Amino acid sequence: MIGPLALDVAHLFAGGLVLVSVMLLYQDRMTGLINTFALHALVVSFSVAWQAFIQDAPHLYITAAIALVVKAAVIPLALHRIVVRLGIHRTIEPTVGIGLTMLAAIGLIALSIMVMLPITAQAGALAREDLSFALSVILLGLLMMISRRNAVSQVVGFMSIENGLILAATGAKGMPLVVEISVAFSILVALIVIGIFLFRIRERFETVDIHLLHEHRGEQP
Amino acid sequence: MAVILDALVQFCQMAVVLAFAPLLAGYVRKLKALLVGRRGPPLLQPYRDLLRLLRKEVVLAHSASWVFRVTPYLVFAATWVAAALVPTFATGLLFSYAADMIAIVALLGSARFMLALAGLDVGTSFGGIGSSREMMIASLAEPAMLMVVFTLSLLAGSTQLSSIAEALQGPGIGLRVSLALALVALVMVAIAENARIPVDNPATHLELTMVHEAMILEYSGRHLALIEAASFVKLLLYVSVIGCVFAPWGIAASGDGIAAYLAGLAAYVGKLALAGFLLAVFETAIAKMRVFRVSDFLGAALMLGVLAALLRFVSRVT
Repeated sequence: MIGPLALDVAHLFAGGLVLVSVMLLYQDRMTGLINTFALHALVVSFSVAWQAFIQDAPHLYITAAIALVVKAAVIPLALHRIVVRLGIHRTIEPTVGIGLTMLAAIGLIALSIMVMLPITAQAGALAREDLSFALSVILLGLLMMISRRNAVSQVVGFMSIENGLILAATGAKGMPLVVEISVAFSILVALIVIGIFLFRIRERFETVDIHLLHEHRGEQP
Repeated sequence: MAVILDALVQFCQMAVVLAFAPLLAGYVRKLKALLVGRRGPPLLQPYRDLLRLLRKEVVLAHSASWVFRVTPYLVFAATWVAAALVPTFATGLLFSYAADMIAIVALLGSARFMLALAGLDVGTSFGGIGSSREMMIASLAEPAMLMVVFTLSLLAGSTQLSSIAEALQGPGIGLRVSLALALVALVMVAIAENARIPVDNPATHLELTMVHEAMILEYSGRHLALIEAASFVKLLLYVSVIGCVFAPWGIAASGDGIAAYLAGLAAYVGKLALAGFLLAVFETAIAKMRVFRVSDFLGAALMLGVLAALLRFVSRVT
């Protein structure tokens, strides 16, 4: 059985992931945002590696390695290059203020804990807290995507949702390695597609503020 | 006999707090001066300042009412009592059974309330600006502090600081992400409450940026001495709270021998020296933020406090 110290360390990493998600919401500069995202992926890979260790599940080490290499190194570097080439190191403007976003974040974390704890009452302690933290991370990623106008920060929100899914999958002892690898590659492909898409938006509208797309569709801003 | 011993420890603690507070302030000032390549004032300079101010005559504004005159005494008394409630070198203080951590927050809050009233009392514009900014800071710092208190009391099962210190020393706590969040939140609150550098500059008299200094601009003589002493004691209080909750090693328990008390005192001095060093390095390394960014800074502290309390519910129940 899993000892209390092992559980505490797992709790530390999973809670740290939620904290880094909130830090992502707090960042209002592009480079800081991307660096925080790299930290997010780093925490997820530590968390998965620790779970591989305490659950005796060696295939999870591969998941951790993928998270470490792809999401903590390759994607942030690619995003840095994209941001430099787009020329947006300036501040990004959230559609609602930082304070309101923080309040919404706290509400979402409370909500996911309130929802997950009762319905996972029979599950093991590890799965319980992983699921509730993973749901928080996913909801925070969604909040990130709806509260930011800039397309690059929406991409970061999308990637952080994927980190939350990995956390949920490792806690539930479920995801086979094939699925994990394909998810990782689809994320990478998504990054490439989104990257090309960003340049297309910029060519068309000379900005990556997606607000202009709404007007283009005939909606009122 | 035990009661007499507790009372003795309590009075020692009150004397220690009062004696060390200016030394800590002088030590931080000296270190900051050394870090930027100056020689700095001597370590004992705050004591000399206080003595000089105590000897000087009080100059009162014509428009000052009794609120202005009683505030320094009330502020000093409230802060000193609050500091006396924090176990510095020994738990088992006589007063700690009468008041818990929430009472400490309330004492500090009432001291701040009196100070803000006094800032408004004379009717100068600086005092008003200082009071309004202080209240803006307090409106975020106090809930953040209370969230930290709630987190700690959820973990330790008590709001008494001595019980919290004993519980956190014990083996049942383990590694908690809540504790780390609470520590960061508490440090941020302590920085804001003590008017230290990213929030306010304790050494400035530049009117656009000052908060704490603006409120006490009209004070002189022994009134100013008391307010300065209260702010030294407040800094020491926050350092002691952080020390006794997050580094509770070496605090003597109730009924230990005299050697344990001396060891506790030595550990306490070590903690103060370390905290003062970290504070000086932090203050030298960082720039002051705009007044309107303070709400973001303290909002983050509040958020961390709430998050700490929330995450505690998910973690292993002891």
